[in-house]
Amino acid sequence: MKIILLLFISMLSFTSCGNNESNKKEAVIYQCPMKCEGEKTFNTSGSCSVCKMDLKPVASAENVLSTEVSDSSIFNLTTKWNTEEGATIQLKELKGKTMVMVMIYTNCKAACPRLVADMRNIEKQVPEKNLEDVQFVLVSIDPETDTPKRLKEFAIENYMDGEQWTFLQGTVSSVREFANVLAVKYKEISPMDFSHSNIISVFDKNGELIHQQEGLGVDNKETVSKIIETSSK
Amino acid sequence: MNTILKLIICVILFWGTKGNSQPEMAPIKGEAYIPLYGRDSLLVTIVDFKMDVYPVTNQEYLKFVKENPKWKRSKVISLFADKSYLIKWASDTTFGKSQSSKAPVTNVSWFAANAYCECQGKRLPTVDEWEYVAMANEKQPDARQIKTYNEYILSWYEKPKTFNNNIGSTFKNYWNVYDLHGLVWEWTSDFNSVLVSGESRKDVDNDSNLFCGSAAIGATDLMNYAAFMRYAVRGSLKAKYTMQNLGFRCVK
Repeated sequence: MKIILLLFISMLSFTSCGNNESNKKEAVIYQCPMKCEGEKTFNTSGSCSVCKMDLKPVASAENVLSTEVSDSSIFNLTTKWNTEEGATIQLKELKGKTMVMVMIYTNCKAACPRLVADMRNIEKQVPEKNLEDVQFVLVSIDPETDTPKRLKEFAIENYMDGEQWTFLQGTVSSVREFANVLAVKYKEISPMDFSHSNIISVFDKNGELIHQQEGLGVDNKETVSKIIETSSK
Repeated sequence: MNTILKLIICVILFWGTKGNSQPEMAPIKGEAYIPLYGRDSLLVTIVDFKMDVYPVTNQEYLKFVKENPKWKRSKVISLFADKSYLIKWASDTTFGKSQSSKAPVTNVSWFAANAYCECQGKRLPTVDEWEYVAMANEKQPDARQIKTYNEYILSWYEKPKTFNNNIGSTFKNYWNVYDLHGLVWEWTSDFNSVLVSGESRKDVDNDSNLFCGSAAIGATDLMNYAAFMRYAVRGSLKAKYTMQNLGFRCVK
């Protein structure tokens, strides 16, 4: 009986201790990868006293994204998209990065080259260290023409073939739905041409719209600062 | 023998219920026509399709909501519908006091309407399809030049609260479709192709002539004031908006 009580007390102190340790902010927290001692964490690197494996750093609570998708998040859209690399993805797979989105089509001669230039211009102003937390997404308005292959060619032609650029091909209905989410209006005015509004949208890591820039060649200072702000969090 | 008989009865029953639960649809024969705002060539070609004879009712929408709880008023997410979604309903699954179960469902967003039609294996009509069927009066497929047709629509625009009326309470048109004018406005799949919103006014070159005076000059049909109104409303909508006089119907 006594032994059980003792064990119980030691466990209590043990867990509360663990809590204290993980409550410390900013510090890197280490944990045995095999969890030999349960959820016990350490402030310094070293090896596990039970299995002798090297302790691994664990992400602190603030850096962990909520697994819940909020009401107004675009990750609620479950449609599938083809990327220029030939992969099939859902939008929520982009979770964790700040997203800068625009709708274009590759046949476009008038507004799109300028929109694309605006995107490149914005990308240039984002500091290197933020860049890996930012994804620039270009969604095609013309899913019938803009196949992954064509999008890839477009990416290369426009020097937008880096990791930070993603091109998406949907279906006529998924593009319509997506445009509705962005409040982008567009209309096919001939088999080769679309009329469309020029909006660049910024979404945070949880897919919530935080900023929209309207127009061509407009001052993008605010857009850039929003991107930096959300990607450095 | 007995089992065969039972089977046959079952099948008949099944067909019977299926026929009852599926709302009637009217076949629409497509043709090229000139809508108020078309493409560069002006002529728009409509391919044959079927259209619901009536707008979707409160009753029908209730069934949908029960089968798809994520579209209940308390469950719907703000990405897909604004705060006034189904606001006149008393609760998630009961109508308001003054609401008829046979009245068209309103206060639904584009996302909701789109999901409803997809669930039925149908879709929302395009603006061009909707306008094509709606330019008919009782007798003619294209009544846009007829004075009484335009007067009827405009007098409806002046009548308050027609959204409370039951489906089928207006006229049956040339295509055997009811209530395109006289009850509620209706969602279309590509309503966002009308480039007259706040966003597009600034930066979209093409449809700026939809506005005011220049709109009237640029349009193909100067008599069709009622159609101007419809295009203007579509242009002002966002997909998550809901309005008490905006419902929908599906096509196939």
